Amino acid sequence: LAHGAGGKATQTLIEAVFLEHFRNPLLQRLEDGAEFAVGRSRLTVTTDSFVVSPLFFPGGDIGDLAINGTVNDLAVSGARPLYLSAGFIIEEGFPVADLTRIVKSMAAAAQAAGVQVITGDTKVVQRGKADGCYINTTGVGVIDTEHELGIDTVRTGDSVLVSGPLGDHGITVMLARGELDIDADLASDTAPVHGLTADLLHSVPGVRAMRDATRGGVATILNEVATASKVAVVVDEDRLPVRTEVRGASELLGIDPLYVACEGRIVVVVDGEQTEAALAAMRAHPVGSDAAVIGRIGEDPPGLVLLNTAFGGTRIVDLLVGDPLPRIC
Amino acid sequence: MQGVGFRPFVHSLATRLGLSGHVGNDVHGVFLEVEGTTAAVERFLVSVTEQAPPLAVIERITTDELAACGSGSFEIVASEAAGTRGTLVSADSTTCADCLREMLDPHDRRFGHPFVNCTNCGPRFTIVRDIPYDRPLTTMSAFAMCARCESEYHDPADRRFHAQPVCCPDCGPRLRLHDAAGVVLPGDPLAGAVAALERGEIVAIKGLGGYHLAVDATNQDAAATLRKRKHREDKPFAVVVSGPERAEDLCVVGEDEQALLTSPRRPIVLLRARTGTALAAAVAPGNRRLGVMLPYTPLHHLLLRQLDTPIVLTSGNVADEPIAYTEQQARARLSGIVDVFLSHDRAIHMRTDDSVVRSFRGREMLLRRSRGYVPQPIPLAWDFPRHVLACGAELKNTFCVAKQHHAFVSHHIGDLENHETLASFAEGIEHFRRLFEVDPRLVAHDLHPEYLSTKYAQGLDDVELVGVQHHHAHIAACLVDNAESGPVLGVAFDGLGYGTDDTLWGGEFLLSDLVDFRRLAHLEPVAMPGATTAIRQPWRMAVAHLVSAYGQHLPAELDLLRRNEQQWPAVADLAARGVSAPPTSSAGRLFDAVAALLGVRHAINYEGQAAVELEQGTDLDERGSYPVTVPAGGEPLRVPGSDLVRAVVEDLRAGVAAPVIAARFHNGVADMIAEVCTRLRESTGVSTVALSGGVFQNMLLLERTTARLEAGDFRVLVHARVPTNDGGISLGQVAVAGARDRCDSAVLPR
Ligand SMILES: [Fe+3]
Ligand SMILES: [Mg+2]
Ligand SMILES: [Zn+2]
Ligand SMILES: [Zn+2]
Repeated sequence: LAHGAGGKATQTLIEAVFLEHFRNPLLQRLEDGAEFAVGRSRLTVTTDSFVVSPLFFPGGDIGDLAINGTVNDLAVSGARPLYLSAGFIIEEGFPVADLTRIVKSMAAAAQAAGVQVITGDTKVVQRGKADGCYINTTGVGVIDTEHELGIDTVRTGDSVLVSGPLGDHGITVMLARGELDIDADLASDTAPVHGLTADLLHSVPGVRAMRDATRGGVATILNEVATASKVAVVVDEDRLPVRTEVRGASELLGIDPLYVACEGRIVVVVDGEQTEAALAAMRAHPVGSDAAVIGRIGEDPPGLVLLNTAFGGTRIVDLLVGDPLPRIC
Repeated sequence: MQGVGFRPFVHSLATRLGLSGHVGNDVHGVFLEVEGTTAAVERFLVSVTEQAPPLAVIERITTDELAACGSGSFEIVASEAAGTRGTLVSADSTTCADCLREMLDPHDRRFGHPFVNCTNCGPRFTIVRDIPYDRPLTTMSAFAMCARCESEYHDPADRRFHAQPVCCPDCGPRLRLHDAAGVVLPGDPLAGAVAALERGEIVAIKGLGGYHLAVDATNQDAAATLRKRKHREDKPFAVVVSGPERAEDLCVVGEDEQALLTSPRRPIVLLRARTGTALAAAVAPGNRRLGVMLPYTPLHHLLLRQLDTPIVLTSGNVADEPIAYTEQQARARLSGIVDVFLSHDRAIHMRTDDSVVRSFRGREMLLRRSRGYVPQPIPLAWDFPRHVLACGAELKNTFCVAKQHHAFVSHHIGDLENHETLASFAEGIEHFRRLFEVDPRLVAHDLHPEYLSTKYAQGLDDVELVGVQHHHAHIAACLVDNAESGPVLGVAFDGLGYGTDDTLWGGEFLLSDLVDFRRLAHLEPVAMPGATTAIRQPWRMAVAHLVSAYGQHLPAELDLLRRNEQQWPAVADLAARGVSAPPTSSAGRLFDAVAALLGVRHAINYEGQAAVELEQGTDLDERGSYPVTVPAGGEPLRVPGSDLVRAVVEDLRAGVAAPVIAARFHNGVADMIAEVCTRLRESTGVSTVALSGGVFQNMLLLERTTARLEAGDFRVLVHARVPTNDGGISLGQVAVAGARDRCDSAVLPR
């Protein structure tokens, strides 16, 4: 197995192994959460495992990531998050003080998101086996909205928005590893977006799809949209919100912020006619105050994401196969 | 080839020599029988090659003796219906002397006709939509021939017999001058364009393979404005001049170079620029060389007759986009750059850039193989068992299709990351498949998983994929270029290529034949701090090389470090820790590092700029050299580039002038290559060296390396017909795939 950077390698793995053997209509859509009906209620369930090094970083820790990540997957599925489970895999010798700190921030995050952790599991593994601590959370939410969301429902003329600056989380965590001699005033963007998505769905009927841009960044989400809806996603480089500090660090590291993970940013596709309404609704919410329109959906070439560069060129923003190495000869 | 006037030529030659017989086409090419006296037949056999029409290409002649049958006359026999198969399409060719004469003759009906052409000249590849090569399948199908043109076209004795693009002022395409909105401007289009150029304006001119951007090359403001609007900061522009004498005004033109300039292929020829000429500084800033070409369309001739000044002719695009070739595209994309457009209504079917060549030791050396050369195949000494497609590299992409003994290398496609370029790559492949009736069963691609050409190959159904290592492809291309098959000691020096160990290579010594290779030696890997950013900012490579040469304690008094005071510690840190800093054995990055150390270039605006400027700034008289200690053993040998870096730093500290240091570095690399090859000859017994990869675009390095190797009794192969840069990769890939398919490996010892 190649180390998953969230790109094509992971996608291939999902299709060749998991989808191949688990295949069913709900899984097949490969959305962030699976929606099903129980009686008259439409419910969504999602699960996520959290692996991060270091466990603590400016702006958050693995604990609030584990809550927010699952809350956000429910939120972008159009669901109101209700209950979570939490599973811990802990390395032998892990300080109880650290575990307590993590669980405390989980509790705080859960409260902020209006969810409760109602079941859980703990396993302790041998020293050196779990990078300190891994957490899995599963979440259940209920769908109150009439929206038919899906990345396969996007059409030509739609607009593409993001809820805030790109790459804060990924760059913060990289710097927090302490391997680099770089000072930057940065914090993770980890935050629950359920309030933002609820407000957005409430005021903008033309929302087609929402995704949280975690591993693989906004670029990966845009590629999923392009592929699922057989459209061209056209993004303007000069409209991408990126903080100066993130830009500087990305430049130093040779990383494209479009591919960097966020933990509290969503990508939204809306009917082009409702672009301004969507932007206003997002900006009205504290988590989306720096929201921006970054591009639009075109017809041609289907399945590709294009970036209009500052020079007026058009670059292909491709799904990465793995850890990217330069292509220049 | 079709439509090059070969059969009428044979007819008139045979008739003149009093021979009887016939000539015709079939699936294998041209067949002919002649009957007459021994002397006349012998004379015929000599003349048929010597006097062949300019666009005819004779690969080989096979002869048989037949019993005389006593026929009385010589005839052109009709082609069989299947006779189009296996025939080839010509490359575009410059206006011939006969057509030029007509165009300038006030009494000729084609006087001043900007589209004059004949069997021996004119557009071909760029206007062909499909085979057979026949007018309805070219973009000339839009123009119905007038009665006079038609009779010329059908008359075997006429020099326009079966010239598909034949036309005249009555029936041919027309020029028009328009603005960015497409509004046609009044007056004579040609005179309007000339006046605009004289005023210092930027004019888009529709050429054979696409639109050019033109300005008066002696007008500094105009040239500088063009740079600014085109987002092309430093990369040199090429100029067109009215004739060889005008080229002499600007450059030193040797005999070989004169031949290249005046060849019917009309490439851009890189010449040694004179100083103190009328040329504006913004045309080729800080460059010892100038790209010069002569007019190659009737329109160019007409323009330069009215305006006898060198004119910048650069491709009609913004930044890295492909050249615009339809009027719609030109208006949409060039309107922010151009003041007026000189267009016409003959459509271009295949966008094709100008070719770029230089002379090396009296031999033509292609740097960009495109208009005038494509689609002429490169013949191989063996047959491909199955049809092959090779998808090429990522930058300077070409693809290649092959069947029988022919490899058809495509025109220059460009950098695939641009979406339009990628689209033209896919369209180009479809076009070549139709044109040459190729149905590829084998598809060769680079090993780099992120190359869009690799992804294209992997997306094809029902084909067998053949991954070819980048530097093996470079060496294989050099072998085929020289009609050889190895084994050789292949020295592949370039920027970066994906290695079989999933790291980036680029300073490689490969024992190689067409089938396989062994990596016998390479430059010691050095980190690229910030990966792609380290390519754009050569100063980072300098820091990385300093870290590799000096470890913790960098020579802090270096100008380079002082100038990047704020940033170098973080970059050194990345390099030392190997975080976001992939290791590479690249030779190109070593040249980048030295260019930055010498203060030549800290950040680049075009690919290879630092190395180009390092070469340009070299003291050509300096013979000193820096020694490299080649390790005694190991496979692969790891050759320390740090020896060179330390020597550069010592000379810098001693106050030696940058041009002298640059020369010693070049000489040191040449010596190092010769020494490593000598060592490898001892262990392998192979004494032929093939030089390939983008670094060998550096003429100083190529010249000195070749000289050192030859002095050491090596036979040296260098590129000629395909570029040493990544434009040659597709030919190498095709050759490797074909050779593996033949299973005739002179299996290399493992
Ligand atoms: Fe290369
Ligand atoms: Mg999830
Ligand atoms: Zn002619
Ligand atoms: Zn006519």
